[in-house]
Amino acid sequence: MQNKDKAGVVRRDRASSSLKRSSLSPERAAARVVVRKYGGRKRAVIQILQDLQGCFRWLAPETLEAVAAELKMPLAHVYSVATFYRSFSLVPRGQHTCTVCMGTACHVRGGAAILEHFERKLGLRAGQTSPDGEITLERVNCLGACALAPLAVLDGRYYGQMNETKADTILQPILRAGGPAQVRESGPGEEETP
Amino acid sequence: MTTARTHLLVCAGTGCVSCGAFALKDALVAEIARRGLQDEALVATTGCNGFCERGPILLVHPDGIFYQRLAPADVPLLVEEHLIKGRPVRTLMYVPPEGGAPVPKMADIEFFKHQRLIVLRNRGRIDPEKIEEYIAYDGYEGAAKALERMTPEEIVAEVSAAGLRGRGGAGFPTGRKWDLCRRQPASPKYLICNGDEGDPGAFMDRSVLEADPHAVLEGMIIGAKAIGAARGFVYIRDEYPLAVSRVGIALEQARERGLLGRDILGTGFDFELEIVRGAGAFVSGEETALIASIEGQRAYPRQRPPYPAQQGLWGKPTVINNVETWANVPSIIRRGSAWFSGLGTETSKGTKIFSLVGKINNTGLVEVPMGIRLRDIVFAVGGGIPKGRDFKAVQIGGPSGGCIPKALLDLPIDYESLSQAGAMMGSGGMIVMDEDTCMVDIALYFLRFTQEESCGKCSPCRIGTRQMAEILARIAAGEGSLEDIRKLEELASTVKRGSLCGLGQTAPNPVLSTLRYFRDEYLAHIVDHTCPARVCKNLIAYDIDPDKCVGCLLCLKACPVKAISGERKKVHVIDQGACIRCGACLSVCPAKVQAVVKHTGEKARALGGGAPVPKET
Repeated sequence: MQNKDKAGVVRRDRASSSLKRSSLSPERAAARVVVRKYGGRKRAVIQILQDLQGCFRWLAPETLEAVAAELKMPLAHVYSVATFYRSFSLVPRGQHTCTVCMGTACHVRGGAAILEHFERKLGLRAGQTSPDGEITLERVNCLGACALAPLAVLDGRYYGQMNETKADTILQPILRAGGPAQVRESGPGEEETP
Repeated sequence: MTTARTHLLVCAGTGCVSCGAFALKDALVAEIARRGLQDEALVATTGCNGFCERGPILLVHPDGIFYQRLAPADVPLLVEEHLIKGRPVRTLMYVPPEGGAPVPKMADIEFFKHQRLIVLRNRGRIDPEKIEEYIAYDGYEGAAKALERMTPEEIVAEVSAAGLRGRGGAGFPTGRKWDLCRRQPASPKYLICNGDEGDPGAFMDRSVLEADPHAVLEGMIIGAKAIGAARGFVYIRDEYPLAVSRVGIALEQARERGLLGRDILGTGFDFELEIVRGAGAFVSGEETALIASIEGQRAYPRQRPPYPAQQGLWGKPTVINNVETWANVPSIIRRGSAWFSGLGTETSKGTKIFSLVGKINNTGLVEVPMGIRLRDIVFAVGGGIPKGRDFKAVQIGGPSGGCIPKALLDLPIDYESLSQAGAMMGSGGMIVMDEDTCMVDIALYFLRFTQEESCGKCSPCRIGTRQMAEILARIAAGEGSLEDIRKLEELASTVKRGSLCGLGQTAPNPVLSTLRYFRDEYLAHIVDHTCPARVCKNLIAYDIDPDKCVGCLLCLKACPVKAISGERKKVHVIDQGACIRCGACLSVCPAKVQAVVKHTGEKARALGGGAPVPKET
């Protein structure tokens, strides 16, 4: 995830440098590069949107318009695809992404309670982004790492056998950085056992 | 080139990687270099071994010693004892769940002992990013045989004679599908590998693509020759980035070696493959929807017939098979149909990979011969249920499948017997459930899933699954009526009959099968307002046993709504009016104390629980 972000930054830089040259918007410049990578093929629209989302973290209306223009495709078709598939986000996403797996294996091992805990801790519902743009909380149907159930993923890193205490630990650096919720006073290490 | 005396194979499947396999590998390499053993011992990474529960896993050859749950801190001891002194470290070996002596060798561990590997034959022994290692284990021999010495008719006949059936769901005979496509006059023809593994709880396709991508490529090359296709697509789920990367590397290496592209192996046969990434829609695992997705459309299923083998991608004849199906093909061609059909049952040949997950000791991926009894999978391979709990059911076939109860544990696993029992093979996800799993809750879970994933094209599926989920939610909340069961059955029949694709046609199965085998649990929710498994929040209450509570403050600190009061070394009390029944107190209460208990029925109601969960403030 971190690398992807770096790549995204690089691509945005490239996009903005071509902006200076050709006075294209960053979205249009990025769309042009990506569309060219797929040989301008209309059938690659899903892949193109994926690449652009990797670059901007979400699909802004300007991005969708740029794709439609570059592919010479009706904007309605770009929207029909972008709104159908779950991996596309038409609203801005946070710096960090926390994903909680809701697969069957995670479910029978208490995944629903884990998601609720994350929701409470972050003050967000699944699918929402914190107002400061720090973190997006998501649920996913299955990540296919069922042996680790219940599973949560933070910025691409898998955390298995999740429980409330572990969840607090992995969220702590983000919450400490001024996130949406209060950091608990005592860390899990300081708790007493009888 | 020096030949290493010892090979240390670090499992680099997703499970082991997330438990720190790469840190382990780095530690091994560093320690081996520090001891000056780098010419003697070689550290390599392999694909998933399947025993993900025990990660990170290390196999040491030539002895075949199996180490598990290793941490970098274990490395100095392991190198010192095993590599230098030649004494395998027993404390790092696998101990069976029932206890006893550590089992040194992989081949002797119950989890591996009963397996029969065809598709996963290279697991844990080759580096999936090195084509040389695949070739060294007879890789691309089947493709060479098919391209150089067999006619398309002979290939189709061989696959038909083997009795191979689709591993992705319905079990359609692969040879018949290929033959239908081969006979179509239209051209060009296409091949598709369906790697959009959406069934929650199933991850065999991910594992095959990650651990042995060339097996899939080789199967597709053979299939291309059989039907006369010049282009193919590998469609991989977006949630599997490692699989996308490994298949990408495999494609590049195959191209470099002349195994893809123009004039493959000098036989004059051309075939090109590309990867298409999915975008997170469960319905795109349905073959016609997947085709629409490759075409750059919304993944809406289409009417069948015409079948994809007649009119598929861009209206052209297309063979679409699942990952596991393709990976079976090279071995069938290389070793012959008679060898393959010697395994399995009358109607179901070969092996099947199951992902054994949920409430089971040995979680992981297992490849077993068709016809094996469910009991053997759960108790012999899977090592039974953890914490001495009682087995309740196995859910097979994902959202299209059903639950198989305890009474049918001796069922032989094949396509027909599973369908008769109200489940289906599906992709092979087996979710084991114990007495703490509520069957109404499971039915609700699956219906919410299909309702969310319904593409909306057919009204019975779009609206029917929503209505069914609402009725189930009502029952789970203890507010259902007996009339609701009849309504569920009626809706189930409408959704089944009125939906175009497999998603809708099979969506009611989890409800129907739980109603068939666990009707008493539904009645308990409706009539007695009781959740026997103590799962459904409206029907349970948490309580602290004053005789057991030691006053440790753990639950008090863990409670997210501050519903627990008490002081250090004094008995804690739960305020039932504030409790949201999240279970945080139960999960932190130490195992040796066990003061927090869950009640349902009369007891819960007496406590003042058993009512709708209060709103959080």
